[in-house]
Amino acid sequence: MTWETVIGLEVHVQLSTKTKLFSGASTTFGSEPNTQVDLIDLGLPGVLPVANKEAFYKAIRFGLATNAEINQVSMFDRKNYFYPDLPKGYQITQMEKPIVGTGSILINVDGAEKLINITRAHLEEDAGKSIHDLFDGETGVDLNRAGTPLLEIVSEPEISNAKEAVAYFKAIHQLVTFLDICDGNMAQGSMRCDVNVSVKKIDDKALGTRAEIKNINSFKFIERAINFEVARQIKRLEKGESIIQETRLYDSIKNETRSMRSKEAANDYRYFPEPDLLPVVISDKELEEIRITLPELPKQKEIRFIEEHSLEESEAKILASSKAMANLFEDASTKTKDSNLIAKWLVGDVSALLNKENISIEESNLSSVNFAKLIERISDKTISGKIAKSVLEEIWVSGNDVDLIIQEKGLVQIQDESILEDIAKKIIEANPDQVNAYKGGKEKLFGFFVGQVMKETQGKANPQGVNEVLKKLLDT
Amino acid sequence: MSIQFKTIKELSSMLQSKEVSNYELLQETFKLVKSYKHLNAFITLNEENALKKARNLDNNTSDLSLSGIPIAQKDLFVTKGLRTTCGSNMLSNFIPPYSATVIENLENAGCISIGKTNMDEFAMGSSNETSFYGNVNNPWGENLVPGGSSGGSAAVVAAGIVPAATGTDTGGSIRQPASLCGITGIKPTYGRISRWGMIAFASSLDQAGPMARTAEDCAILMNEMCSHDNKDTTSLDETIPDFTKDLDAPVKGLKIGIVKEFDLSKLDSNVVKVFEDSKKHYESLGVDFVEVSLPNINLSVPTYYVVAPAECSSNLSRFDGVKFGKRCNDPKDLEDLYIRSRSEGFGEEVKRRILIGSYVLSAGFYDAYYKKAQQVRRLIKNDFDNAFKHVDLIMSPTTRGTAFEAGSMSDPIQMYLEDLFTVPANLAGLPGISIPSGYLDSKPLGIQLIGNSLQESQLLNVAHNFQMTSDWHLRTPPTRSK
Repeated sequence: MTWETVIGLEVHVQLSTKTKLFSGASTTFGSEPNTQVDLIDLGLPGVLPVANKEAFYKAIRFGLATNAEINQVSMFDRKNYFYPDLPKGYQITQMEKPIVGTGSILINVDGAEKLINITRAHLEEDAGKSIHDLFDGETGVDLNRAGTPLLEIVSEPEISNAKEAVAYFKAIHQLVTFLDICDGNMAQGSMRCDVNVSVKKIDDKALGTRAEIKNINSFKFIERAINFEVARQIKRLEKGESIIQETRLYDSIKNETRSMRSKEAANDYRYFPEPDLLPVVISDKELEEIRITLPELPKQKEIRFIEEHSLEESEAKILASSKAMANLFEDASTKTKDSNLIAKWLVGDVSALLNKENISIEESNLSSVNFAKLIERISDKTISGKIAKSVLEEIWVSGNDVDLIIQEKGLVQIQDESILEDIAKKIIEANPDQVNAYKGGKEKLFGFFVGQVMKETQGKANPQGVNEVLKKLLDT
Repeated sequence: MSIQFKTIKELSSMLQSKEVSNYELLQETFKLVKSYKHLNAFITLNEENALKKARNLDNNTSDLSLSGIPIAQKDLFVTKGLRTTCGSNMLSNFIPPYSATVIENLENAGCISIGKTNMDEFAMGSSNETSFYGNVNNPWGENLVPGGSSGGSAAVVAAGIVPAATGTDTGGSIRQPASLCGITGIKPTYGRISRWGMIAFASSLDQAGPMARTAEDCAILMNEMCSHDNKDTTSLDETIPDFTKDLDAPVKGLKIGIVKEFDLSKLDSNVVKVFEDSKKHYESLGVDFVEVSLPNINLSVPTYYVVAPAECSSNLSRFDGVKFGKRCNDPKDLEDLYIRSRSEGFGEEVKRRILIGSYVLSAGFYDAYYKKAQQVRRLIKNDFDNAFKHVDLIMSPTTRGTAFEAGSMSDPIQMYLEDLFTVPANLAGLPGISIPSGYLDSKPLGIQLIGNSLQESQLLNVAHNFQMTSDWHLRTPPTRSK
């Protein structure tokens, strides 16, 4: 029997606003517990929320970039449930009228493109964190995260397998970082997702019963969780058992999903319109201002790179794939006209190092300033390409400044013609047989002399300079 | 020198002429507080601080509009450093780290807060009997309720301890106790006064207001209490007029509507007589009466008792024993912590309303109750909008009768019907005022005027004209022999 998988994703994107969604407290990550909390975040009696317009502007950027409807009048609702890290006993969210309506995003799976429709994207406040393992027999509550703005992006159930789900999540990640509305830091929980999975027989019209896997925060785990869950569901169905609609948790250590609660045990959230907040109205003018400040998106960047820098399409795609990569390219472009040189380094050595460690540029020691300097030193001939490679490797380890590495390791390229000439003369004197043979017509021996000079200078001699000096000494 | 039963205006001039010092005034006030201890009108006093403030004012005179005026604050407004209980065991140990905007506004105008007044628990009640801190006695008679939920505030003003107190009104909680205690109380337009620092009962209905001896004092207090507050997005961004400016304007030619759908024949004939006498009095001032129709007005109480509990069930979720307020001893687990903290912290009426509210919001019932109630609420508002095309004000009794005896009204539904005449103004967000207009068996009774949105000045103007030509508001309850 052939089974078809149907997947929908709810992606939670932490918006990088300076302050929280309803209070003036800072959203800085990693502070001492309960230090980024004000009266409103504590839910003290008598406090009232005030909506942060910056969060709306960021949500709208996402909406415009996904060709979505923007609801210029949007409203907040309360979702009621008890939990210690939810100070008010309800979460303020957007149920009836989200800021962003129907849109879509293009994903790329092994070179093939597919359009995934987005049902909606709404603003809501994050909860705090319950800490169960710090105090014996007690649970700690850290409210630093409470009230941080989240954009919840809900996809249509149009994703067909784990690979597509990962591609979708990556596309969202790429977009929100390009739009500068989220720092994209998955390890810090800046992006998390809930995955709805169901399977059905290929000919069935109706969807199967779904399970929701909660709170996954890495590309790898999304893929594994879906693959496990799909296999589990098919196995049950083939045995004639039914699927229970429930919430499941993915255990990355055991690589399995486990039941968390069934639909019957689920909360009745008692949604109703938030009476403490008026509808938020976005004017035409505000919308237009956001539209014109929208940054260049990956696809547009790719096209421009090809046009302006005469790059290959494959190169341009890689360079435009992330904001950090594109920044490395563009910053270095200001230091040299030789775009192909930069592209070659990024697509080649830099990408190789990234792939080797499976990290992103942000996670590496390579800063855009330092990379631009590296390219500059190659093009002004301070160092050769070969030396540059070892400098890059050194940066990878230490993150040190390019010039500092060159200076400390004495890697400056020898360009001084008189020095090169002295060395060349020494080589010529020490190898009379080869000189005779060369002058007798064995022109290939020229390479031998270049190699000897390079060896003598430990590779620091400027190759072009060596060529010129040798030519002058040998050909006259 | 007696300061009892004096108005703000009178006390201000006594202070200005140095007939009394700020310190003496506050000392006398606290003497009164003590001699009226049996009213049980205060939950927490602010004596030391208040006296210190008064002493400072004697040393550094100020020209603030309410300089040195003692005021009692309903215990629903949070006060920085001063315990705020909201009438509940849940908050019996709660010392707020900040003050409500209303409190700041009044204190910045020179008022001295002398203490926090008793009230129905979380403002849920119409007799002050739901307070964890015991009943409040009405100064007009032994064992009479003062009304609620601002019962303590009404009682201290009626007893002449302070010239003014703050109240809040979600379904009548300023106007009903004002009627039952023989004082003047106004609920402004929703959003006139910031809700920042008011412990929420029903967010879309809650509104603070002044309670005083005269309409003129209410106007003086309104000038300071109203403000546009960036901390409350529902606070109105409207110009705040000088509410005292037009108090004396003539009322001749104004049109007051009488609501056709209010069946007064069901009321005690003496109540109707007070109502008819007031009508005649206004007519003697040149006011014309016309009948207006508010077709959906009789749906107000059921509508209110869906909307208000719904909002309260959510607003009171924050009292969970985790961060502040009552926490049960030795909770077994999280569930036990929630259940026992809330069971022990909340009283019967609060629990009843949380249950009703949770029910009307629950899946499968939301459309039938909450959504429907909001639709009816819109209809009621439309009714008022239509009526105000024909009349300037609307007049009705404030309450169905005078103060009743504590313990005499045990059926919650009967108690809810106490709000019959007051809840429509809350549902429509309109200003309403209750003015002492007569006495039955030596018990005061108020008459209510409802104004169009933002027309508080007109309400105060009409009430002031009434009070300049009548003496109901000047009567005082029998004083205690010392």
